[in-house]
This record gives sequence, structure tokens and C-alpha cells, in this order.
Amino acid sequence: MGTAALHDLTAAYALDALDPDERREYEAHLARCERCRDELASLSETATSLAYAVDASTPPPQLRDRILASARAERLNVVPLRPRWAIPAAAAAAVAIAAAIVLAVWAASLSSKLDKERALASDQERVAAILAAPDAHPYGVPSGGLLAVTTNGEAALVLRRLPPARKGMTYEAWVAENGKPRPAGTFDAGRDVTAVPLDLPVPRGATVLVTQEKDGGTDVPQHTPFITVNTA
Amino acid sequence: MGKTVSAMSRAFAHLSDEAVIALIARSDEQALGELYDRFGRVAYGLALRILRDDALAEDAVQEAFLSAWRRADTFMPERAKASTWLLTIVHRRAVDLVRREERRRAEPIEAAGDRPGDGPAEDLVWLRYERERVQAALRQLPDQQREALELAYYGGFTQSELAERLGQPIGTIKSRMFSGLGRLRELLAEPESGERTWEPRPSTT
Repeated sequence: MGTAALHDLTAAYALDALDPDERREYEAHLARCERCRDELASLSETATSLAYAVDASTPPPQLRDRILASARAERLNVVPLRPRWAIPAAAAAAVAIAAAIVLAVWAASLSSKLDKERALASDQERVAAILAAPDAHPYGVPSGGLLAVTTNGEAALVLRRLPPARKGMTYEAWVAENGKPRPAGTFDAGRDVTAVPLDLPVPRGATVLVTQEKDGGTDVPQHTPFITVNTA
Repeated sequence: MGKTVSAMSRAFAHLSDEAVIALIARSDEQALGELYDRFGRVAYGLALRILRDDALAEDAVQEAFLSAWRRADTFMPERAKASTWLLTIVHRRAVDLVRREERRRAEPIEAAGDRPGDGPAEDLVWLRYERERVQAALRQLPDQQREALELAYYGGFTQSELAERLGQPIGTIKSRMFSGLGRLRELLAEPESGERTWEPRPSTT
């Protein structure tokens, strides 16, 4: 199948309307085609909205227990690699997409102008580690998101639907103790979820603020914070 | 669900869906339970719509959540919303099952059984709102595009099967899916009050 024809399969793939051969061919193409990965991300979200058009149904109460029991059993066993043919198709697709992302990150590492992407990926990892720390405590952020702080003060902000900063401006996070804010890093936004590890520890009782400042950030906030999270 | 709010589920209340998946990637069973509490009803409703069989729908949902449990570390929050990621797995699982079972049906979605739910009230309000929003968008599509989307997504038909069933060239089916999904995306993206703004609000937490 030609490349143009493969681009055309994105909608059908998002709807799961390809037969197994077409699906494999398209997934192989996906690993090479950034345009299709972007388009697929967007069309998958649209396709998934169709799930909400169906009346939600209450599943039998024992289903939850069964799922958790199976998950527990899997975790306790050191599961040997499953035979290839037994991997569910969805998992295989997830592997293909993960491979595509790894490829994209690797390609990005070759280009210095895409250094930002790598920095983003490593920020994501730091945030994921903080969120997953057993001692992390979440504080709600009004308008959507959370601040997670571990007992040793490592902290990350996760903000939903924060639009990009105005032209020539950047977002800057602050950690304030006794009313004195200290800069904790600048970041940009515009994605569905913005994840920011803070450069400074957040002691208990401190306040985390976010302002918009001119590009490059400042040492003292020049603008009114639009996010204020108190950890007291 | 929702009858007893344990200290644990309260601890998850502030977490975004994406953060819950980050915890699942660390093999946190409670987080898996939280993900199920958030999406189990939608997932089961979808699987039931596709499979038309309680036992098969349960199988699909169980396999999908276990797949999420195993694969949570491959989830990239920059690439997809958690809900999209999870429901894509559920859909794929249900479609694979229905194809194996040859159990496909394709009634219009209005014919889907209406079972009033019993979950937390705010959950139902939100789901009802979302359902009406998507159904309204679907109604605005040209009939042939809507038909192609519904038969593919709810019926589990492949594009080749659809071409045969509708007696149309495959190119026509592809273009109906492509245009229909593209148009649906536009309709759903039309701004709604409050949804896309970032206004400081008084804290409720």
C-alpha cells in the first residue's frame, strides 16, 4: 500500500475498523510518520467520545473484585513472558505505539532544536516519580490539577488545560515561606496536561505560586499569582 | 460504588486520571480500583453496546483493565488523555471479541438499552451531559457519515465489511469515515461556556 493510502487509514484505525493485515501495516507506518501519530492522537479522542454517547451501564458488582484479584495475582507471580500469540491485540497496539514514541524521542535527540522535547520527557519522568512516591501528598489546585509534595519536600505541579503563556511571557513557579517567594523554575504550557517538577523543595506550610513573567523568568515576581496552593 | 467512601478513595479524589495511571504503573492496586470506579460504567456500557451479551462485556472490561494494569508504564500523558487511552483499549478488546463471536449488531444508538444508573449523583449528571453533547453532535452529521461511524464503532465492522454490506466502493466508505470523524471532531470542539477557559476560581478544596 502506498504512503498516501496509509495516511488515509488514520480515521478507520481510530475507529478500530481495519482488518488485522491493514492494522499491522498501518502500525508499522505509524512508527515512521509523525503526521499520522499527531492525527491519530486527535482522532482517537474524537472516536472515544462515541463511547460516551452510549448509556453507561452498571456492571455487576463482582467485576471490580475480580479485576483487582487478577491484578494482584499477576503482580505476585513473576510472570514468564507470555507466548507471542497470547498477547491481546490491544496490548500489542500499545507496544507498537510505545515503540513509535521511543523512535520519535530518539529522532528528537538527533536534532538540537528539539532539545525542548527531551527536556519535557525527562520532566515527565520526574513528575511521574514524585506522583508515584508512596509518601506524596496531593493538594488540589483550583481550576484543575494538583500539587504533589513528598515528605522530603520534592514537589510537582500537574495542571490541566493551562493555555500557552502570552507572547514574550513564560510561566514561573514560586515557593513562598513567610511571605517571601523564591523562584522554582519556568515552564511553558498549552498541552492538555502540563507537568512541572519544581526546582525547590516545598517545606510543610509553604505556599506554591504560579505567575506569568517575561521570557526567561525573574528573581522576584512582577505579576499577581493566578495559582496559589497552600500546603499548611 | 459510592456507598462507603473510604479514607483511601478520598485520598485519590484530588488526583487527575493521568496521575492515577502513574500510580498504576507502580503496581498500586488501590489506584486500579480508583480507575475502575471512574471509568467502569462507561467501559461496561460501551462493551455491552458492542457485544450485546453481559458475560462477554464483562470479559472485555476485565481484559481491558488488566491490559491497562500491565501497560500503564507505556502511557504517555502528552500523547493522549487517560480516558482516551483506557477506552481505546476497552473498545479494541470488545471489537476483537465481537469479531471472534460473530455477534455483531448494528441498531442505531437510540436503541441501546436505557438502564438508569445508581452511581454517585454528580457522576451521572456529568455522564448525562457528555452523552447529550455527543449525541447532539452525531445528529448533525450527514446520515451516511453517521451510519459509517456507528456501524464501525458500535457494530465492530471493518471498512471492507462495511463496503460489502452497504454495496459501496471501499474508497467511499473510507471517505465517509474520514469526513464523519473529522466533522465530529469540529462539532465537539466548538467552545462551550467555561470548558476551555482558565479563570481563577475560589478554591473548593
